[in-house]
Amino acid sequence: MAKKSLEPFLWTLFSAGGVLAALLIPIHLFLFGLAVPLGWAHPSYEHLLSLLRHPATQGYFFVLCTLALFHSAHRFRYTLYDGLQIKHLNEVINVLCYGGAIVGSVWTVYLLWRIP
Amino acid sequence: MSDTIILHVARYRPEIETEPTFQEYQTPCRKDWVVLDALNYIKDKVDGTLSYRWSCRMGICGSCGMTVNGEPKLTCAAFLTDYAPGPVRVEPLRNFPIMRDLVIEMSDFMRKLVQVKPWLIRAEEKPLSEGEYLQTPEELDEYKQFSMCINCMLCYAACPVYGLEPHFIGPAALALAQRYNLDSRDQGGRERMELLSDHTGIWGCTFVGECTKACPKSVDPAAAIQRYKLKAALEWFKSFLMPRGTS
Amino acid sequence: MNQTPIYTEFHPRWYRRRTSTYWWLRRPSYLAFILRELSSLFVAWFVIFTLVQIQALSQGAEGYQRFQDWSKQPVVLIVNLIALFFVVFHAITWFKLAPQAMVIRLHGKRVPAAWIAGSNYVVWALASALVAWIILGG
Repeated sequence: MAKKSLEPFLWTLFSAGGVLAALLIPIHLFLFGLAVPLGWAHPSYEHLLSLLRHPATQGYFFVLCTLALFHSAHRFRYTLYDGLQIKHLNEVINVLCYGGAIVGSVWTVYLLWRIP
Repeated sequence: MSDTIILHVARYRPEIETEPTFQEYQTPCRKDWVVLDALNYIKDKVDGTLSYRWSCRMGICGSCGMTVNGEPKLTCAAFLTDYAPGPVRVEPLRNFPIMRDLVIEMSDFMRKLVQVKPWLIRAEEKPLSEGEYLQTPEELDEYKQFSMCINCMLCYAACPVYGLEPHFIGPAALALAQRYNLDSRDQGGRERMELLSDHTGIWGCTFVGECTKACPKSVDPAAAIQRYKLKAALEWFKSFLMPRGTS
Repeated sequence: MNQTPIYTEFHPRWYRRRTSTYWWLRRPSYLAFILRELSSLFVAWFVIFTLVQIQALSQGAEGYQRFQDWSKQPVVLIVNLIALFFVVFHAITWFKLAPQAMVIRLHGKRVPAAWIAGSNYVVWALASALVAWIILGG
């Protein structure tokens, strides 16, 4: 049964996360990583907070962050497995990668829930 | 342009050495010659002890795959003038054990081809009286590309995953599985899916894409594998939504 | 280094080359593959950076100001610049490979790979423009 392996599910998360990461992360990173710090754009604190308070924005970040984390975890797990040839640590790698993604996702939910 | 070229050819004679070495040869470099012609010249006129596989010399038998200047190539399709002024480095195909000189040991590949059950699997055979299976040109197009494989193993030589994980079933075998999965006459999709749904099957592939680049017949095994992954993912979700199974 | 080879006429010793730890340096395409895979680290960095930002926004104007000052530090700027390069590299390689994973048919004919990749770029541009417009207070 294909059901017994989680692999197809994890690959689906990886793919979805990859699409979102490709489409959305560049502009976000450009704006908040470079444009705003370098003074090319000045969105006000009030504007950003009001955006963040909107449930649609929170839903957007939840989906983007969790899927991006699982995309990242899946890809990095294979890089460690193949690239460094440390496959005897397979179980450890899986726990660290997907565990990290789960922790990150929980942190995301927590932070979004705590928006004033 | 010079009319000779230097070749550095890998030699491995297990009766006298423990590691491969290189031997230098000078051969003519004709406009229409390929690396295989140079090797045949060496064997014929210079050093008859050189061992290598070849057959059709026209890119259909898949015998003459070797590593030429670091790249997996059919030596019958690698023109000497493309490598001029040389020297040209000719080594056996990577990721396979070397038996002698340029000859590799390929039983692992042969076993893996059979593992994917590369034949039409039917739930029920049609009786002879009902005639032959009919297939439209569109149905043929679905899998035709994946049927063009000549089993040359260049994709295995190019695939870094196969180099790191010898149990990985590999690009050609997975493309072959798809050739049958996508064949309208076949009903063995589920059987093959169960065989290939682990990390030695489709999930071992990380879509490096080198197999597709190396393939001399444009089979595009990487596409076959990614499509297979997509199918496996859809099957996985379906098995939750329809636990009693679909037919 | 030349020990006596173990060889009998009917059992020749095959030579098995072990894959080097630096296999990915052997060819440019292997290196590009590994860089593509390492972009996953910078995707994760983006998530962390964004979560830190969301936390800062929740801590009032002073909290957000602290975040802004931190994100102006040269080290952070350089990390984000490198991250941007890797994330764009991820996007480009993703769009290039996407057509191979899907066969889309229109009126019975296969949509050419260039169209699928091209439509990805269009969506990328539209999505980026929309996000920028929303964030910059359009």
